Amino acid sequence: MPEPLLEVRDLKVHFPTEDGLVKAVDGVSFTLQPGETLGVVGESGSGKSVTFLTVMGLVTADQAVIEGEVLFRGQDLLKLPKDEMRNIRGSKISMIFQDPMTSLHPFYKVGYQIAEAIRTHKDVSKREAHDQAVEMLRKVGIPKPEERANQYPHEFSGGMRQRAMIGMALSLNPDMLVADEPTTALDVTVQAQILDLIDRLKDEFNASVVVITHDLGVVAEHCDDIQVMYAGKVVEFGDRRDIYYGPHHPYTWGLLGSISRLDSTSKERLQPIKGLPPSLIFVPPGCAFHPRCPYTFDRCRTEVPQLLPVDGHHASACHLSLADKERILHEQVMVRR
Amino acid sequence: MSVEANERAAAPLWETREPLVRLRGVKKYFPITRGIIFQKRVGNVHAVDGVDLEVYPGETVGLVGETGCGKSTLARVIMRLYDATDGTIEFEGQDITHLSGRALRERRRDMQMIFQDPFASLNPRKTVGSIIGAPYRLHGTVPKNRIKPEVQQLMELVGLSPEHYNRYPHEFSGGQRQRIGVARSLALHPKLIVCDEPVSALDVSVQAQILNLLEDLQDEFNLTYLFIAHDLSVVKHVSDRVAVMYLGKIVEMAPGETLYRDPKHPYTGALLSAVPIADPDLAEHKKRIILEGDVPSPIDPPSGCRFHPRCPNAQLPRCKEEEPVLRPFHPGQIAACHYPLEDRAVIDTGSG
Repeated sequence: MPEPLLEVRDLKVHFPTEDGLVKAVDGVSFTLQPGETLGVVGESGSGKSVTFLTVMGLVTADQAVIEGEVLFRGQDLLKLPKDEMRNIRGSKISMIFQDPMTSLHPFYKVGYQIAEAIRTHKDVSKREAHDQAVEMLRKVGIPKPEERANQYPHEFSGGMRQRAMIGMALSLNPDMLVADEPTTALDVTVQAQILDLIDRLKDEFNASVVVITHDLGVVAEHCDDIQVMYAGKVVEFGDRRDIYYGPHHPYTWGLLGSISRLDSTSKERLQPIKGLPPSLIFVPPGCAFHPRCPYTFDRCRTEVPQLLPVDGHHASACHLSLADKERILHEQVMVRR
Repeated sequence: MSVEANERAAAPLWETREPLVRLRGVKKYFPITRGIIFQKRVGNVHAVDGVDLEVYPGETVGLVGETGCGKSTLARVIMRLYDATDGTIEFEGQDITHLSGRALRERRRDMQMIFQDPFASLNPRKTVGSIIGAPYRLHGTVPKNRIKPEVQQLMELVGLSPEHYNRYPHEFSGGQRQRIGVARSLALHPKLIVCDEPVSALDVSVQAQILNLLEDLQDEFNLTYLFIAHDLSVVKHVSDRVAVMYLGKIVEMAPGETLYRDPKHPYTGALLSAVPIADPDLAEHKKRIILEGDVPSPIDPPSGCRFHPRCPNAQLPRCKEEEPVLRPFHPGQIAACHYPLEDRAVIDTGSG
């Protein structure tokens, strides 16, 4: 087994607030291999963004109580001093966000902003940095990059801004790119362009990619491994075939039953998960999903389920026995699809 | 449930009954002006540019398209929130295009709207009870002392607890707020409800709850929906017929199933192929039609077929010069294209 690029061990991020401690991330562990695309799925408040903001060093000990380890090539990022972390962020790991309008500075030209990122990390002249910025804009498929580099963000459409952000994120050839809901604000046709671009550049730059999303379709088409999160914990992990054809957690079943699928032939009713996601201050005891789960029994209310592997790779955190999971999966979940 | 759905599909409504809403050549242009004191018109945004559409009682018509294609503007023109620049809008056979004052207000009882953003569409200073009860006070259809019980009945109907009558919108989650919006729209027993992206701001599991609620209410009150969304899979799920808009025009219209299996307009094909499918195997069988570039400006739309600069099948000079008209293909399907796609052009589901 090759050395993982990123290994997160039992990460906890708790925000103290006036109302109580918000357990945004509560014991998350996973690994990311070089060249892999990991999909992180969950609803709002599941802790998926906070996990990776912490990995990036954008949530720090000033704001939250952070425990656990974030090993990047064996080095614990949580223990690094701020200036060393700043060197890694941007050059080794970089991130793109949901809203490309608010993540580009409206006062500066797009080319200047990309060049600035390059000059922060590399000792190059302004001229060279600008040329490299233009080259990046060309690589991400922006027509007439020389002209576009001298324009302001408001002159770009949403899709182009996201392309520029990707260009900026990849300009220093990072080992890892975190894309936090990269296409949620975009139209489907543009979404397809952007996701294809990320796929293509991932190969070209030989980077690992993490796609954070709530869209199960996006992860099905673009990710190798998928991690399903709920209330600050990973509830299921597996490759995409595990998650789509043999899911083992009731929350994953619920997510798959909630989406309207383009390929369904009957006008069958959706099967939503009842209730609402829990408050992260008062997380239900035992399994956090138990108040919404149709298969709850006594143990679920008291004991927190551990993320246990079914076979070497696929793992789920649920007290149901494997036989029960398989039975429910085949009798009630897969028949609807 | 599904039997009913099949019966609905077997007897196409659009051939047998009088439409509830009929649009003829509806246009909405927004002027672009220069100058502050002496304003001069220098151009128009052609937001909606000649739309013919019929919506029949009891059906759901879906309206899809990218940002800026004019779908929301069209909805607001139908609701008479905007005045149409040209064309006519008929509601139950009555021309409402130029209705005003009391006559318009009376007609509005029959048509209501649900908005995308449940955070922006509810007044944060009013209690839920007064938000849902506002239509009663404005239209005076229910005596004052009956408003509270009526509102509480509505709240129960949409799955809200009637005890929350005196709470404020911020005390509710996004999904519950959308339920408040639904309850408000039902207060006057409308015939038509225009849903403008009703679930796009919600989490997946909550989306499904709202979509099921809308479906139940339709069955119970025989409602007609005009359902606007950019998410093709949601639109296909809820709609009997789907209209695809591009730059202010309807380019294709068909029953959801036909549209998915045999899209005719290349734009529909591109939209379909862009929707990610939550099934890794099926996703691999999908043919991708990736569109280049962005939607052109509606200020100066392309000549001929408006889609020709981005169309993978465009053949010049015909597509550039001659504007295609909507013509029939499969039963219930119309599309405006000179060189339509072949059957099963996007997704070959094979035998399964």
